[in-house]
Amino acid sequence: MFGYVLRRLAVAIPTLLLLIVFSFILMSLAPGGPFTGERALPPAVLANLEAQYGLNEPLWRQIWNYVWNIVVHFDFGPSFVYPDRSVNELIAAGFPVTLTYGALSFLVAVVLGVSLGIVAAIWHNSWLDYLAVGVSIGAQVLPNFVMAPLLVLVFTLWYRLLPGGGWSFNDPSFWIMPVIALSTSYMASIARITRSSMLEVLGSNHIRTARAKGMPEHRVILRHALKPAMLPVISYLGPVFVSMITGSVVIDIYFSTGGIGKAFVDSALNRDYAVMMGVTILVGALTILFNLLVDVLYAWIDPKIRY
Amino acid sequence: MVIDQKKMQSLSDRMVEAEVKGRSPWADARRRFFRNRAAMLGLTILVLVTLFALFGGALAQWSNEELDFSVMGRVAELGAPSLANGHYFGTDNLGRDLYARTVQGTQISLMVGIVGAAIAVIVGTLYGATAGYVGGRTDQIMMRAVDILMSIPYMFVLILLLVMFGRSMSMLFLGIGLISWLDMSRIVRGQTLSLKNREFVEAARATGVSSFRIIIRHIVPNLLGVVAVYATLLVPLMILTESFISFLGLGVQEPLTSWGALISEGAGTMNYGTLWQLAFPLFFFVITLFGFFFVGDGLRDALDPKER
Amino acid sequence: MALLDITGLSVGFQTHDGIVRAVQNVTLSLDQGETLGIVGESGSGKSQLSFAIMGLLARNGHASGSVRFDGQEILNAPPKVINRIRAEQIAMIFQDPMTSLNPYMRVADQMAEVLVLHKGMSKREAVAESVRMLDAVRIPDAKGRVRLYPHEFSGGMRQRVMIAMALLCRPRLLIADEPTTALDVTVQAQIMQLLADLRRDFGMAMILITHDLGVVAGSCERVAVMYGGRIRETGPVQPIFADPAHPYTQGLLDAIPRVDQPDEELRAIPGQPPNMSRPPSGCAFEPRCPYRRAECAAIDPPLEDFAPDRARACLAGLDELRDRRMRVEPRPDLVAAGDGAAETDLHAADLPEGAVAGAGAAGSTLSPRKETRP
Repeated sequence: MFGYVLRRLAVAIPTLLLLIVFSFILMSLAPGGPFTGERALPPAVLANLEAQYGLNEPLWRQIWNYVWNIVVHFDFGPSFVYPDRSVNELIAAGFPVTLTYGALSFLVAVVLGVSLGIVAAIWHNSWLDYLAVGVSIGAQVLPNFVMAPLLVLVFTLWYRLLPGGGWSFNDPSFWIMPVIALSTSYMASIARITRSSMLEVLGSNHIRTARAKGMPEHRVILRHALKPAMLPVISYLGPVFVSMITGSVVIDIYFSTGGIGKAFVDSALNRDYAVMMGVTILVGALTILFNLLVDVLYAWIDPKIRY
Repeated sequence: MVIDQKKMQSLSDRMVEAEVKGRSPWADARRRFFRNRAAMLGLTILVLVTLFALFGGALAQWSNEELDFSVMGRVAELGAPSLANGHYFGTDNLGRDLYARTVQGTQISLMVGIVGAAIAVIVGTLYGATAGYVGGRTDQIMMRAVDILMSIPYMFVLILLLVMFGRSMSMLFLGIGLISWLDMSRIVRGQTLSLKNREFVEAARATGVSSFRIIIRHIVPNLLGVVAVYATLLVPLMILTESFISFLGLGVQEPLTSWGALISEGAGTMNYGTLWQLAFPLFFFVITLFGFFFVGDGLRDALDPKER
Repeated sequence: MALLDITGLSVGFQTHDGIVRAVQNVTLSLDQGETLGIVGESGSGKSQLSFAIMGLLARNGHASGSVRFDGQEILNAPPKVINRIRAEQIAMIFQDPMTSLNPYMRVADQMAEVLVLHKGMSKREAVAESVRMLDAVRIPDAKGRVRLYPHEFSGGMRQRVMIAMALLCRPRLLIADEPTTALDVTVQAQIMQLLADLRRDFGMAMILITHDLGVVAGSCERVAVMYGGRIRETGPVQPIFADPAHPYTQGLLDAIPRVDQPDEELRAIPGQPPNMSRPPSGCAFEPRCPYRRAECAAIDPPLEDFAPDRARACLAGLDELRDRRMRVEPRPDLVAAGDGAAETDLHAADLPEGAVAGAGAAGSTLSPRKETRP
């Protein structure tokens, strides 16, 4: 298992490097540099700026410096737009917020989705099943950017129960809408996947054997059906994680929660390449790490996987 | 909101099995599809939405760019949906006709969805079929590349692209299409691989049938089921992606609009009492997604019938 | 009193294409320690019959009629009742040992849980007993292998594990659903031998479900032949093999490869088994039957006794069947058997010599596996 993790990490590092190189190449290919604003800067000033950020050096040198700073100092460099702030600071400010509501959303989506799916599968073709299927079909057309305004409309504008935006680590009422908005559609997908995989497992031969052994139904489900039924759900967790990070952009914009999504969109609108790249690489690293965790979990459940 | 890869795998296996047994899976599938009520509802919705996008403009009393100065500045009181002044869906915050804007948004969103899905399907199929058919080292390298690409946060890269190269429709098409071909290529590769080694393909090869003809005669018809289902389910995902980007203000640019942009505008102004600005675009967005999901699921269930 | 009494058992499945009647009105009984073979082609309903007895039908299946075990009604019984019967009184082994064992659990855990559940043993005792049982089914190094996962065993070893697991509670009845179909030919014979030995040692009754008449000949006392969801003929093994009283049984027997007539071609039953979602109105075998007459398409004859302990469901006369059999396959030794009354003089030598474990006689789905012919 340890060797497997090492090997996976060995693939992960080139992937990240590739992402960095790719971003740099894009940046150099892009028409206009990061300092092409509405007003054209005098050539002297521009040259000065480029020298300051090391953009006048050859591309490979820039990439080398960038990677070196990240690896050795964990430093993503200064922002191109706000020279007094580093990318690290911008990310560090938003990251805890994103992590808090992101982790909560992830938990809510997985726990509710899996429970809903299992309930639907066990009571297949009952009203519970139809309700669960209805909810999950309905919720899949309610992505975060649709949920967010609807929630604000209902809970803030109509009933005035929850604050319509902002963030506080001490007051969970600020967390509720971001979490619901971010988790709903994934909860629905997880519920659908769980349901169909649970149904398939419950119809499989080894479950028939478990029943033939006189096991009560709840033991059949918990001991024999749950593990295999979770496998497709687990392999879906990777994409969910990525989509949730992506979704945090909408949450940060709409609810003014101030997470890294905010930093990303601001930098996108300001053409602040340094911050955009910093966020992209960080998210890429997190994604790779998370996928690794998922693979390890999968291998742990399925004894047939050899690593 | 995501294509269930396990069901796609099961469909793919079923199509291989049908090919091996020399049965056409389509004859029965059509009967099952037309008996599926949700799929029929979805198809009806899609036909209506398409008609709306194509011919809805003819009914509009206002163009999508014209400002109605009589409601301007008092949109909340005067801009509500009304047959009398010709603003069937009301006006937006600037006094533009929301009906005409919704027609335009529908056109653009559908177009982005369909073109994006087409790009993803074509790239995914070609890539997967090549890897599967050629096999060996090429296959290994190609699939390892897919593995690596899988762990790239696409939405971020897409936004990076849009910002660096300027926001244009072609960039949007390309970017959105290039996000989603990876899963497709894996399924197609697996199916090609399992067909390639079947006796009838080997027999064809042994009797000197060219690779090209084998691919056209045996591999492609077999992929059709998976591709059709995938394409149908990808369109709504592409629409979602485009809307997401437009919602952030990074997608299509004024005067063009799309559902995402309209929803974003409507969401921004709803606390001024102009709820219709959110409701109409949202309605079209939601029913179209439903339509595609129902048709896609129905198609898959028709081709791969199972108790679910 | 019989150990197992099945009366008027029918099984139907609700599907997209309507109701499939897999089993219709089956009546059977089985005594203490007796072995019964249920024979038929795939799709004849024999497996569903056994699932119905154990209450293991798929979700969309429904069983009606009566199944009494030791006098107690167990068909559609509440879970509490049937769960005391399963494994403790009636155990079952399945066709495909790979998918029938839980691939995600160690063999030790899968086996031990039966004893923990039914006998209230501790986990440690249960594992020790499981190892003893694995020894009994002749798995080498049972103590070491009990910690493995099913996929780490070979096909034949998996089926041994399955058998050991079924016997843990010393059940009084073992239902074996095609226990050797998924296995290699050489392994098939070993498994059948093992089952016969265990049955004798444990004094169990057994229902052996198979498409293979050869397997039945080697290991059963009585046989019921199923076709299209119904029993077409039943009786003791030897007279049925010597003097089949139903055209389908005759067809099955003729399809067994024979070593004593080397030049002979295999005689498969022509045609296909019926589609049970649209069952024919008359006898289900009518389209394939060499004796069919006009009324066969309209009347599905009931199972009727025609000799002591023998019953059949056919309109054709017994003489007609015997005549044809004599013509097609002259067996002078049987002429003396007369009108089906006294077959006591039949002995094992009358069984077709091809009738050993592994001889495929699956009717129309004849697989010309050469190695199956001894």
